[in-house]
Amino acid sequence: MSWQTLATQLFPGGHDILERDNFLSGTAQVDGRTVAIIGTTEHVPIGIEIALAQAQAILNTVQEHPGRPILILVDTQGQRLRHRDEMLGINSYMAHLGKCVDLARRKGHTVIGLVYDQALSGGFITSGLIASACYALPAATIRVMGLPAMARITKVPEERLTELARDNPVFAPGPENYLRMGGLHGIWQDDLANALARALAECGTDDVRMALGQERGGRLLAQPVAQAVRTGGHVRPT
Amino acid sequence: MSSYLELTARQRIPAIFDPGSFEEFLPPSERIASPHLAQLDAPVSFDDGVVVGRGLLGGHVVFGAAQEGGFMGGAVGEVHGAKLVGMLRRAIDEKAHAVLLLLESGGVRLHEANAGLIAVSEVMRAMLDARAAGIPVVAVVGGSNGCFGGMGISARCANVVIMSEEGRLAMSGPEVIETASGVEEFDSRDRALVWRTTGGKHRYLMGDCQMLVADDTAAFRAAALEAIGGIGNAGLTLEDLLAEQAMLTRRLADTEGLVEPMDVWRKLGVPDPASVPMLDADAFLQLAAPYRAGGQR
Repeated sequence: MSWQTLATQLFPGGHDILERDNFLSGTAQVDGRTVAIIGTTEHVPIGIEIALAQAQAILNTVQEHPGRPILILVDTQGQRLRHRDEMLGINSYMAHLGKCVDLARRKGHTVIGLVYDQALSGGFITSGLIASACYALPAATIRVMGLPAMARITKVPEERLTELARDNPVFAPGPENYLRMGGLHGIWQDDLANALARALAECGTDDVRMALGQERGGRLLAQPVAQAVRTGGHVRPT
Repeated sequence: MSSYLELTARQRIPAIFDPGSFEEFLPPSERIASPHLAQLDAPVSFDDGVVVGRGLLGGHVVFGAAQEGGFMGGAVGEVHGAKLVGMLRRAIDEKAHAVLLLLESGGVRLHEANAGLIAVSEVMRAMLDARAAGIPVVAVVGGSNGCFGGMGISARCANVVIMSEEGRLAMSGPEVIETASGVEEFDSRDRALVWRTTGGKHRYLMGDCQMLVADDTAAFRAAALEAIGGIGNAGLTLEDLLAEQAMLTRRLADTEGLVEPMDVWRKLGVPDPASVPMLDADAFLQLAAPYRAGGQR
């Protein structure tokens, strides 16, 4: 879905989002409230410039509009794979973006992520995945990397991975699997404006993804292991 | 001098923490392995490649973790990530003096892709929770597998990053970039270029790591002690992030058009950049001090 179509459906109350070099920023009206919007489009790889631009927009919101909710619109093919980005420390730029989102949350900004088209690995981890809650549209693509590349690196034959990806949420791309794993809070259908308003109203500040993954049967060990480590207990057999 | 680089995670713990003080949480005897590896006929490990626990460092109660590069490159899967998160949360519960992360990781473990990706983001949030609770987090990068991907991002969520020259800190490994963008973009077999681009000296000059030490366990231990003692407010403030924004913006402007790390060092004012890779840690630190781009503690 194009970001313009998305914005029309999400913000019937109007918006002033602008796109510059695949970077989206602006504000929108949701339920009579102004929400800050940042995001990316055209599956753009997240390089250092776009990570920095997103961080700047978050910091501006924290400085100038305390408490204003923030919506991160995610569409990226992942981190940019360039020597120069690595030389300049793209991991630091991404960490900085993540820290800015985290600061906003701690200062009382509700931060929601929405994968409206594509989300891969490095570009996702410091946007939607560091938000307080992340959602996706049903047709979104979410994955760590493509199966051919995964086969090359893990030395597991692609046919075997394809077979596993059919019904195993650990490998299979797509929002349904991320939902089962607890990585997504929900999938938005039909009335997007209503879904967003509800998400903003319901959003908490704790990281509950392990508990969600356990409840939904996609990630059975994370929660018991973290809990056993935290309390000095044992992992009960599942 | 004893090298840190070649040690296993389990050898590093007693070399860095006060001897005999470390208590491991969910040790291998609990036999908790990844539930996802067996179906790929991949080997499992009963610590899932990470040791977590609580020990003493210079007499202070410090929580810690060590990733095992020898098991799947230290990559993060469901159990591995959950152990790190549980340890970080317990550090907050028990008001730890600090958290010390001995990182060595390729990032997300592709064998359990989605679980690993979510886990790494949970680790990041847990690290920032610890900092917000006033607990300093120190990351050490000196293992032979380096620190990449999501863990390369996580390292930069710590208060202080300590590296050796031989440590590498980055996002995508050179092989990944070479595969995606061609050998002319990044020649992964050019080892000198790989170290100039991702190694400790470059990261120190750029301000992405705050302390550089020789590849020596005693030096790492001393640096960890010094780092923890030197952190005032562990949490992040708006001012901290505005300063970081300014540093990262300046970096982009100052290096416009440059693609060779040595040219970046020259631009910083480093005399005779070609000599940098040859210097030992002490000589390098003396040379580098006036020219660092930022990132002071």
